[in-house]
Amino acid sequence: MNNTATPGKAKLVLHDVSFYYGDQPAVRQINLRIYANEILAIFGPAMSGKSTLLRILNRLSDLAEEGRLEGEVLLDGKNIHDPDVSVIQLRTRVGIVFAVPVPLPLSIQENVTYGPLLGRGRSKGELDELVERSLRAAALWDEVKDRLSESATALSGGQQQRLCLARVLALEPEVILLDEPCSGLDPISTLKVEKALLALKESHSIVIVPHNVQQASRIGDKAAFLLMGELVEYGVAEQIFTRPKDPRTDDYITGRFG
Amino acid sequence: MEIPAVPKEVDWREFAVEQLIRLMGVSAIGLVLLIFLFLIKEGGPALLEVPLSNLMGQRWYPTFDIYGLAPLILGSLLVTAGAIAISLPLGVATAVFIGEIAPEWVREILKPVIEIIAGIPSVVVGFIGLQIVSPLVREFTGAPTGLTALTGVFLLAYMALPTIISIAEDALDAVPQSYRNAAYALSATEWQTIWRVVLPAARPGIITAVMLGVGRAIGETMTVMMVAGNAARMPLGLDALLRPVRTMTATIAAEMGEVARGSTHYHVLFVVGLALFIVTFAINLAAAMTIFRRERGGGGRFLA
Ligand SMILES: Nc1ncnc2c1ncn2[C@@H]1O[C@H](COP(=O)(O)OP(=O)(O)OP(=O)(O)O)[C@@H](O)[C@H]1O
Ligand SMILES: [Mg+2]
Repeated sequence: MNNTATPGKAKLVLHDVSFYYGDQPAVRQINLRIYANEILAIFGPAMSGKSTLLRILNRLSDLAEEGRLEGEVLLDGKNIHDPDVSVIQLRTRVGIVFAVPVPLPLSIQENVTYGPLLGRGRSKGELDELVERSLRAAALWDEVKDRLSESATALSGGQQQRLCLARVLALEPEVILLDEPCSGLDPISTLKVEKALLALKESHSIVIVPHNVQQASRIGDKAAFLLMGELVEYGVAEQIFTRPKDPRTDDYITGRFG
Repeated sequence: MEIPAVPKEVDWREFAVEQLIRLMGVSAIGLVLLIFLFLIKEGGPALLEVPLSNLMGQRWYPTFDIYGLAPLILGSLLVTAGAIAISLPLGVATAVFIGEIAPEWVREILKPVIEIIAGIPSVVVGFIGLQIVSPLVREFTGAPTGLTALTGVFLLAYMALPTIISIAEDALDAVPQSYRNAAYALSATEWQTIWRVVLPAARPGIITAVMLGVGRAIGETMTVMMVAGNAARMPLGLDALLRPVRTMTATIAAEMGEVARGSTHYHVLFVVGLALFIVTFAINLAAAMTIFRRERGGGGRFLA
């Protein structure tokens, strides 16, 4: 079903998107469609603008001093920079997990409920249910269910990363962005995260910057190769990793490159 | 395979540096201890000459050998507490403004201004207090005199502010940027990020800031002596702030010059110094324990 570039309506559409830090372009003229129930892997060498591209999608890029965006990003057809779009609400719809897990210095439970509690009030039962559901979806529930009130900073690196995933899931987002979520993890934790993502795909759009090409090919349905801010190639992952069209993509995935 | 031994020379240098650092650390503690011993030595005779019930009394009339310390201790505590009640919220708010909200150029102006405020000699502050603050206090409160505890509170708050602002700002600065990013990513507003993540994470530093502010206020002498009226009466009742008070520091400064060395009054003034020392020490200890307990408790509680 996913061997063409257009299965149904796109969740996110990037239209000629460029982003500058000062005068320096970090990404240039990106055109990209991101669909529901798919994992898009954005890969490329260091400094190619992968993190910048992710942060544009939920407007964390707004926080960069001197940052400037050109082009349009549409979420369900609506420009996320329209004046009537609430950036706060956008960030609950498009959640992000960073490379280095940053558990807030709170208990495990409080980390998960932090986001939901910022918005509207919720009943205790509702919250408990949300915590369990989020932690289960992040494949962490069994490991922490007996110590929810303990400090999150005492968790292992792999557990912290899954906690950060659970924390985003508790916002009940439609799109999940992950920036090298497994870069500091051992292979077993990595597999747990990947398994969680494959399950989450059923109900979300997922955009991941994998920490290596192997991971990109393991879990990506679609793949996008970014090089020095330019989108070199975008398409079905299997095709990109076996028969890339652009010689630069080929060079990179076969390791003949920087 | 043999592990190569550390050259003897390096070993010796390590040892020397370590000992030097230890010596300095120990001598800092030693100095504090010496001050304490000195106060006991000079104040001790008073405890023999003046009955304890006299020292515990509520009136301070050295001319009649009445040495109740309570009005002085309470006087110091009143003006200090009042000053902190004003300068804590104001100082932390200013630090948040400088550190989190203000644009770069405003920050560049505010920081040196605050350092200048910190550098104003206390006599000058006292002078401003006499000329400007005291008449205003009299006018607005209808107190019979402008030389009141409240006047002292205002000026001490002003003097504690720069300390609180700059230490609190350092504490905010030390909060990892990643916490802010994480909060924003979880859909927090700027205000929610400051209030629920940045401030709680900076809490130990802010407590330190307040402690140094307390130290500044309780130890301040010249300003309170000039503006607080110096009447050694128990600062009790609702209108205590609108009456004159006398602090421990002002008492020592005002009377030390006039007493005969070795007289009972002289020794009692050292007991006042001892009381000041103990009160300050107790406040700092309480603060240190608060911080310590929070850190061991794993992260501490966030404000809801
Ligand atoms: N906050 C910022 N301010 C200024 N320049 C930035 C900022 N963030 C990123 N850049 C610059 O933008 C370019 C792209 O960086 P980005 O972090 O998006 O790349 P990346 O592909 O994620 O790299 P990596 O693989 O190292 O994570 C780099 O040249 C970087 O120096
Ligand atoms: Mg990156």
